[in-house]
Amino acid sequence: MNSSNEMKLIFSARSENEAFARIAIAAFVSQLDPTLEELNDLKTAVSEAVTNAIIHGYDSDPSCQVTIEGRIDEDRISIIIQDDGRGIEDLDLAMQPLYTSKPELERSGMGFTIMENFMDSFEVTSKLGGGTRIALMKRIESKKALYN
Amino acid sequence: MSLQAEIEHYRNIVIVRLRGELDHHTADVLRFKMEEAIQRSGSDHIILSLKDLQFMDSSGIGVILGRYKQVRSKGGRMLVCHVNPNVHRLFELSGLFKILSIHDNERTAISSLEVVS
Repeated sequence: MNSSNEMKLIFSARSENEAFARIAIAAFVSQLDPTLEELNDLKTAVSEAVTNAIIHGYDSDPSCQVTIEGRIDEDRISIIIQDDGRGIEDLDLAMQPLYTSKPELERSGMGFTIMENFMDSFEVTSKLGGGTRIALMKRIESKKALYN
Repeated sequence: MSLQAEIEHYRNIVIVRLRGELDHHTADVLRFKMEEAIQRSGSDHIILSLKDLQFMDSSGIGVILGRYKQVRSKGGRMLVCHVNPNVHRLFELSGLFKILSIHDNERTAISSLEVVS
């Protein structure tokens, strides 16, 4: 029997939807009773990924769409944030802390570093002209004891 | 939830109190508001009070770093107070602690500037 719980959201690439995306994920994960710190980690990582999709994937074109899929398996939440935008030209360079392709927008270049540090697992796949997919996973401490 | 920025001028200091959520959506407005406040008043220093800040991501780091450079170019300082554990982690990761001066509250931040100037 498949015991996982899944959700999927598709929304316009508008900056006001960054808050919507992180609140939606916070609401979805609440069934695992996360601590405030875990909740904040998830919200921050999702905010980074959605912001990247909007700014870098779509050049802030609101007619485009961002997709988020969430899945809860026992004590784990997995989240996929996906865009069909321009893709990342040089992934190694983009992953470097403080590197940004848009310094004029006062981007800090910390998005990937934050996702990597705040999650238990983090994976980016991107194709030039074919979009970017970010997969995040975190185990929720309060539930670990139940499943170990 | 959006972001509210309350700006107060005290001597040669701009005090900015943030309430709400600082992300990419709200960062642009904050950037222009702070830029204008610093330029118009001719103030040297900024104190950023984060007591009522509910959320911040790397867009906040970008805006803080930008204003730091702005006051630094005129020889001023940037001080931050009421840093919650979440913001603390972001500052740590991005190395902002090396350039910003962190204080418990506005009062101690102001007195540290008065000692300097």
